Amino acid sequence: MKEYEKTGVLSLKDLRLPNKKQLEKGVAIIECIQNIPCNPCVDACPFNAISMKDINALPIVDYDKCIGCGQCIGVCPGLAIFVVRYIDDKALISIPYEFLPIPRVNDKVEALNRKGEFVDMVVVKKVVKKGKTWVITVLANIEDAMNIRNIRVKL
Amino acid sequence: MRVNGVPNIRTCIAPLKENIKVETQEKLPSLPSADFNEYPKETFEVDLLVVGAGPAGMCSSIEAARQGVRVLLVDENMDVGGQLIKQTHKFFGSKHEKAGTRGIEIAEELKKEIEELQKQKKITLMLNSTVIGYYEGEKNKHRFGVVKRESYNSILYEVTCSAVVFACGAMENMLLFPGNDLPGVYGAGAVQTLMNVYGVKPGNRVLMVGAGNVGLIVSYQLLQAGVQVDRVVEAAPVIGGYHVHAAKLRRCGVPIYTSHSIKEVYGKDCVEGAVVVKLDKNWNPIEGTEEKIKCDTVCLAVGLTPSTRLLSQVGVEMEFIPEAGGYVALHDRFMETTINGIYVAGDSSGIEEASTAMIEGKIAGIAASLKLGYNKNAEKRLEQFIEQLNQLRSGPFGEKPRIAKNKITKILEGKT
Repeated sequence: MKEYEKTGVLSLKDLRLPNKKQLEKGVAIIECIQNIPCNPCVDACPFNAISMKDINALPIVDYDKCIGCGQCIGVCPGLAIFVVRYIDDKALISIPYEFLPIPRVNDKVEALNRKGEFVDMVVVKKVVKKGKTWVITVLANIEDAMNIRNIRVKL
Repeated sequence: MRVNGVPNIRTCIAPLKENIKVETQEKLPSLPSADFNEYPKETFEVDLLVVGAGPAGMCSSIEAARQGVRVLLVDENMDVGGQLIKQTHKFFGSKHEKAGTRGIEIAEELKKEIEELQKQKKITLMLNSTVIGYYEGEKNKHRFGVVKRESYNSILYEVTCSAVVFACGAMENMLLFPGNDLPGVYGAGAVQTLMNVYGVKPGNRVLMVGAGNVGLIVSYQLLQAGVQVDRVVEAAPVIGGYHVHAAKLRRCGVPIYTSHSIKEVYGKDCVEGAVVVKLDKNWNPIEGTEEKIKCDTVCLAVGLTPSTRLLSQVGVEMEFIPEAGGYVALHDRFMETTINGIYVAGDSSGIEEASTAMIEGKIAGIAASLKLGYNKNAEKRLEQFIEQLNQLRSGPFGEKPRIAKNKITKILEGKT
C-alpha cells in the first residue's frame, strides 16, 4: 500500500520530475499517478508533448518538447497539472484554482503545500480563466517550487 | 408532507409557489376529497418509453429518436438532467464522453438536443411524472401507468409501447448509528442538490463520511460554497475515490482519516456534533480511540443502491450482485433484460460513473431501435459504443463494474 492511498498526499518520490535545465525553460508537472480512464491533457497540448498509451495509461510529459505554456492546466478534470518555471533563485508556479474570490495580479496570497499547510506569502503574477477554472501563476522561492500546490486568498 | 391539503407529497421535488401551504403529516392521511381522486385518464401510444431523464435516459432517447423511433421520456423531476445538474466538477474520460466538461454543462448540451428532437416531434417529454406500474397489455406490447402531476392535480396516462429503457438511477445508502435521524444528517447527494441546484447552504461545518469519489467531490464543493469541512472519515484502509480528488481536498487543508468511521451523532433537536472512531483491520471500532467533533452537518457518502423496483414489478429476472450495488436486472451486452424489449441503462443496471451511464444509455437506445426495425447505420454505432464502454472499464477503477457485468453475463448464459 502506498502512503498516498491512505493520505491523499503525494511525496516527490511518487513523481517523475524534470531536470534543472528543463525547469528553467518551464514545464508541466502532471501529478496524476493512477490509471484513470481520462485523456483531455493529451488533446489540449499544442506541442504533442503529452502522450498516453491508451485511455487508462498515465500521461507522460516529454519535458524537452513541453514549453510550459499551461494549456493543459485548465482542462485537467483532476486539477492535477501545474507548470513550474525557474527564474534565477525564484520560481513561477501555475496552479489551477476554483474558489472565490479570484486574486488579482500583484496581490499577495498565502501559498500552501499538498497538505494545505502554509508555506510562504507569494505574489500573483498572472491570472487566466480557462472555462470555469482559473489558472493562477505565483512567484515563489525556488526551494518551494515543488511544494507549493495551492493558494489561499484572505478575504 | 401535506401540500395545499394534498397528503403524501414529496416536498423535496415539489415546486415552490406563492401562498403554498406546507404541513407536516404525522400519521397516515385520511382519504382526500373526492375531486382529488378523480384522475383524468388519457392514453398514449409510443414506440419506446424511457424511464428517467438522467445521463443514461437522455442518451437513450436521443439515440433512438435519431434512428426515427418515437420516444416518450418520463422523469419525476421538474427538469431533465438527473444527477448531472448538480455536478459542478469536470468529467473524466475522452472527448467522446465530453471529458473536461462539467456535469452541469453536459446536462445543458443534452437538454438542447432533446429540445431539438421535441420540436421535430420525435421525443415527447413528460416531466413531474412518475411511472407507477406495469400492466397487462396486448401481445408484444408493454403497458404502463404514468401519473403526471400538474399543480397538485394529476393526470393518469395509460402508456402503451413496444420497448422500454429503464434508466431510473440509484438511491443513496444510509448508515446505522445513534442519532442518524437528527436534522443535519444528510446523504451527500441531498447536500449537492441543496447547494448546487437550490442554492441553499446545508450547514456551516460538515463531517463527511466516505472517501469514495462522491464523498471527495461533495467535500470539495462544500468548500467552494464556503462551508467548512472538518474532515473526511473512511472505514476502508485506503481512499476509494480518485487520488486527484483527494489531493484537491488535502491541499485545501481538509484531512482524510482512513480506517475511521462515525460512531454516533449527538444533539438535542439537530446535529451538534459527532463521535468518530478508529477501526482495526477487521473494521471493528477500537475502544478508546473515540474523538468528539463539533459540526452541524453530517454528510453520508457511503455508496448507492440501484433503483430497480419497477423492473422487479415488470418481472424481469433479478440477481443480487454486490459489485453492482445490490439487486439488478440480468441483461446482455445490448442492455436487454430477460423480457423481450425491456432494457436497462446507467446506475439502475449497476452502480458506475455518469460517463459509462451515457454510453450504456446510447447502447440501450440503439439496440431498442434495431429491435423496432430502425437501422441508420445502427449496427456499426452499437459496436462503437460497446468498444468505448470496454475501454473505459479496462483500467483498475473499472474493476468493480467489470466484475459486476461479467457476473451478470455468466448468470444469464447459465439460464439460456
